[in-house]
Amino acid sequence: MYKVKKSPWVLHYDGSSCNGCDIEVLACLTPVYDAERFGIVNTGDPMQADILLITGGINSQNEAVVKQLYDQMPRPKVVVAVGVCACTGGIFKDCYNILGGADKVIPVDIYVPGCAARPQAIIDGIVQAVELFEKRLEKHKAYVKKEKEA
Amino acid sequence: MKKRSIVPYGPQHPVLPEPIHLDLVIEDEKIVEAIPSIGFVHRGLESLVQKRDFNQMVYVAERVCGICSFGHGFGYCEAVEKIMGVEVPGRAKYLRTIWFELSRLHSHLLWLGLLADGFGFENLFYQCWRIREKVLDVLELTTGGRVIFSVNKIGGVLKDVDEDMLAAVKDMLDKIELELKPIVKTFREEKTVRSRLDGVGVLTKQQAHDLGCAGPFARASGIKSDMRKMGYAAYGELDFDIITSDVGDSYARCDVRIGELFQSISIIRQAIEKLPTGDIAVPVKGNPDGEAFIRIEQPRGEAVYYVKGTGTPFINRMRVRTPTFANLAGLCETLKGADYADVGLLILTIDPCISCTER
Repeated sequence: MYKVKKSPWVLHYDGSSCNGCDIEVLACLTPVYDAERFGIVNTGDPMQADILLITGGINSQNEAVVKQLYDQMPRPKVVVAVGVCACTGGIFKDCYNILGGADKVIPVDIYVPGCAARPQAIIDGIVQAVELFEKRLEKHKAYVKKEKEA
Repeated sequence: MKKRSIVPYGPQHPVLPEPIHLDLVIEDEKIVEAIPSIGFVHRGLESLVQKRDFNQMVYVAERVCGICSFGHGFGYCEAVEKIMGVEVPGRAKYLRTIWFELSRLHSHLLWLGLLADGFGFENLFYQCWRIREKVLDVLELTTGGRVIFSVNKIGGVLKDVDEDMLAAVKDMLDKIELELKPIVKTFREEKTVRSRLDGVGVLTKQQAHDLGCAGPFARASGIKSDMRKMGYAAYGELDFDIITSDVGDSYARCDVRIGELFQSISIIRQAIEKLPTGDIAVPVKGNPDGEAFIRIEQPRGEAVYYVKGTGTPFINRMRVRTPTFANLAGLCETLKGADYADVGLLILTIDPCISCTER
């Protein structure tokens, strides 16, 4: 089993985005852009997900939700912030209810800029996330093996 | 009394692309009551009027929602233009109408796809979104953006279209009209689709009226209300009927929106035919002083904009009432007595736009 490459599953959560990036994330999965050709599958269950795509900034209400989703995901995991709001807070940075980008509460690995992020940019982010995920998986396997032997 | 239990639904849920939380009180498998709690997408966007001047606010208003972004920018511009007494040139009015209807087209196709996904028809979902990409291509060609266009400004529009672009729009309309036919046939005649939609979540005309529902959701229950008939932009000069249904179930909502797809196609064709020549914007001087109230028809229903200016570059107050907020009361009513398995589908039938609702 260890020789088989894993197909990372993607979980998408809408932080406090305006929907623009969300529908572009969904558009990436449809036949025109077809992000599924990289072996990824969109899932709704955090416990089966390897890559978290987060759109929109963090506000006081969804702070706990995002943190909980991240904690529920099994290791190793990769987080992609899609859109400028998830990167820094974007146009809503000065709003009273926005704490900032997704990296305020969870560690973000890949930042995809754009308002709304274009599908090409999102696919690029996903591909980088898949590469990063494979590297982390190797590390994780080595760690598990070492633990077993010890 | 049967045993009651409360099942939490959301905010992160496979059926919903957006976060909304419902506490479902269930008896066996039947919903007795649904209590929504919202606020996961609240940004406090309306407060930005203190920090951005009234010209910059157009771009903030467009980001109320990414699906109906053109409508929000348009509604805000109309309100400020009304305060300042600006008469928008005819060409700009027609261009706004064309872009508004194109965004309605993409929004309804998006919804049809999500509905198909909601009852587990993946293939139909992909087909709807494949056609939607053609509409987005045309929007990108004419405005430069796929979902957020930023072509509105106070006093007109920022970009003009040439003959080649108009030809491309017409060509796209002809193509998608043909491609829509088999999809519409599937929605209307396929047994598996009808069995999930017929008679599910019925809302009577009286209920829809009492709860103040808006848009296709209310029209499917027989309420003849369409703000486009008030004649803003170029709608007063174009010929279209209000599409309604008397049944009020999930299928009626689907059917009304399918009808509106073809209606939008017809409106765009008429607008292109009648498109006048001339300027696309007029210069605007001074600051807004006064207040205005604007009602427009978004893809999801009636949206209301209120803007109050005090003669400074920073407007005093901006308020948006969005259609999904009006429809949430109707949603909770349709959920009563529904099966637990239909909850996701019923939430989808109001075409929820949570980021509009919570801003």
